[in-house]
Amino acid sequence: MQEKFTGSKSYIADSELLADVNAAIVLEKPLLVRGEPGTGKTMLAHAIAETMGRELITWHVKSSTQAKEGLYTYDVVQRLNDSRFGGGDVADIRSYIKMGPLGRAFTSDTQVVLLIDEIDKADIEFPNDLLRELDEMAFFIPELDETVKADKRPIVIITSNAEKELPDAFLRRCLFHYISFPKPDRMRDIIDAHLPKLDISLVEAAIARFYGLRDVNGLRKKPSSSELLDWLMVLARSGAKAEDIANRMPYLGTLIKRERDLETLKRRGIRV
Amino acid sequence: MFDLLLHNLRAQGIKVGISEWITFLKGLDKGLVTHLDELYGFARTVLCTSEAQFDGYDLAFTATFEGVEIPPNLSDALLDWLRKEVEAEGDLERPDIPIEKLWEEFYKRLSEQEEEHNGGDRWIGTGGKSPFGHSGRASHGIRVGGGSRNRSAISVASDRQWANYRTDTALQSRDFQVALKQLRKLTPEGEWELNIDKTIKKSCDNGGEIDFSFERRRTNRVRLVLIMDSGGSMEPHARLVEQLFKAAEELKGFRSFEAWHFHNVPYGYLYKDYYSNDRSSIVELLSQWTPQHRLVWVGDASMAPYELFSPTWRDSRCGLDWLKMIQRVCPYSIWLNPDPVRFWDHPTVSAISMIYPMFPLSVDGVRAGVRKLLHAHSATVGR
Repeated sequence: MQEKFTGSKSYIADSELLADVNAAIVLEKPLLVRGEPGTGKTMLAHAIAETMGRELITWHVKSSTQAKEGLYTYDVVQRLNDSRFGGGDVADIRSYIKMGPLGRAFTSDTQVVLLIDEIDKADIEFPNDLLRELDEMAFFIPELDETVKADKRPIVIITSNAEKELPDAFLRRCLFHYISFPKPDRMRDIIDAHLPKLDISLVEAAIARFYGLRDVNGLRKKPSSSELLDWLMVLARSGAKAEDIANRMPYLGTLIKRERDLETLKRRGIRV
Repeated sequence: MFDLLLHNLRAQGIKVGISEWITFLKGLDKGLVTHLDELYGFARTVLCTSEAQFDGYDLAFTATFEGVEIPPNLSDALLDWLRKEVEAEGDLERPDIPIEKLWEEFYKRLSEQEEEHNGGDRWIGTGGKSPFGHSGRASHGIRVGGGSRNRSAISVASDRQWANYRTDTALQSRDFQVALKQLRKLTPEGEWELNIDKTIKKSCDNGGEIDFSFERRRTNRVRLVLIMDSGGSMEPHARLVEQLFKAAEELKGFRSFEAWHFHNVPYGYLYKDYYSNDRSSIVELLSQWTPQHRLVWVGDASMAPYELFSPTWRDSRCGLDWLKMIQRVCPYSIWLNPDPVRFWDHPTVSAISMIYPMFPLSVDGVRAGVRKLLHAHSATVGR
């Protein structure tokens, strides 16, 4: 098991990101990662877990997610059902308490990586409800009259797409890292890590067209790196050569998903 | 020493709190920073909470460290020794010495160092018990910076690559959305629904006697109306206005959203689309609008004074009268002005800002405006 994060073969991190992750580990603070969709925010947690040999516990936040669900749930309906119709040990509340992702991360015997994914999807108050839990890495279960406290503080990675502003009190408790969109150089490394055997001239041509596309004004959704990878994969499978994409952009649908954006591009004379 | 960084950050509007500052010092103490390059990245990750602050951070960082020549090649042994010294002093207290004094001392040490040319042993050695050394972690930080690296960190910082992310100037549809989203004030409304968990819990608390618990869904009651000046002097701002419009249009969750256009100042009509002459009379619109409607005007508000103050040949009311009339029906409204604030000293701009609170059309401006509208909201609810 490593004590430091060094990046992995399939996850290309720049030195700033590595330093920030390691600072978060040393200071035992959550690391809030923000950036455009498709810059590999979620993948970061996977890469940390993989290279450091830690278990990864993921909590996907949705608009309806309540903070308490991350700690534990108490299945009252099941308990009531069991008490009426038998089955289960009704006297044992513990068997109706189920740990959520945070609960599991805190009770784990070894240090884990906890990913709280897309925290901005939930209600504005949601992050505030987790302040104490993340500060102290502990919470209280009134039903059991017990406090759950982490022996090994998990490495906490929180991602946000900046859909909503996060409360100041929450931001103050996190380290912050912004993943900017990769420059062509780093994009080459990323492509090389995922699709190692591609023809270099095709990759170069695709990168040029891709960044050209991102510069088109008036696109509602700019294509991201994962979409570039998809596009390259399709191009490679179809046996396309660099000159095939010089004047046209076949399989544009892998890059551009919105009808209106496709129309915008057509009006600008981009041929499919 | 680092106090100056803190001071410069606050001067840039980056409100660093005491807890982040302690985290920062703790990080230095734990040896996370061994040269100024790392200091740049580390301080940013701890002290900034958004990429919008990065540009301000770069400016503060440059202001703090630019021109500071720091001796290169500090050996690890020296670092260890230094760290021990800092720990031996063992507290975060700083002596009460003015920052200028510290700087003076700092420069003195540095010039001595240039004479010696041997890894900074001497000046750090003699500095051990000095006031400068007393400032503990702070001086520790500057000392461990490598000279050449220092300059590179400065050059990164002075590149100002984050300038486009500033929220007081940079404008992206998404940023507008985030700002506008705060307008969503949820109020319990609609169908009552049975809350099963609560019902069971209350029934159990009640000794098994069924005790129903009902709740209502929370919905947003705000109605948003965007009214945009189009054409003429607004031409240079067209993209900006378009972005705001896009943001508002795509933002679901308002009870209703309408967008209207006018030219310079509304006379009698608002236009669905300024070019197609699809219009509605203001009098008619006002019969539908209520104080629940939040009006967001977008325009530069500057025009020839007669356009605002003089009646036209077909209407005895002047532009200002129309604006006042609309304000009376929808009192909770704001005006966003794309022109820089320094141009606002203009008769028509000040006349309009007397009616509608005016904010710059930037993300920060929209945020401030939304806050104004929200206060209005709680005022209506309170009544």
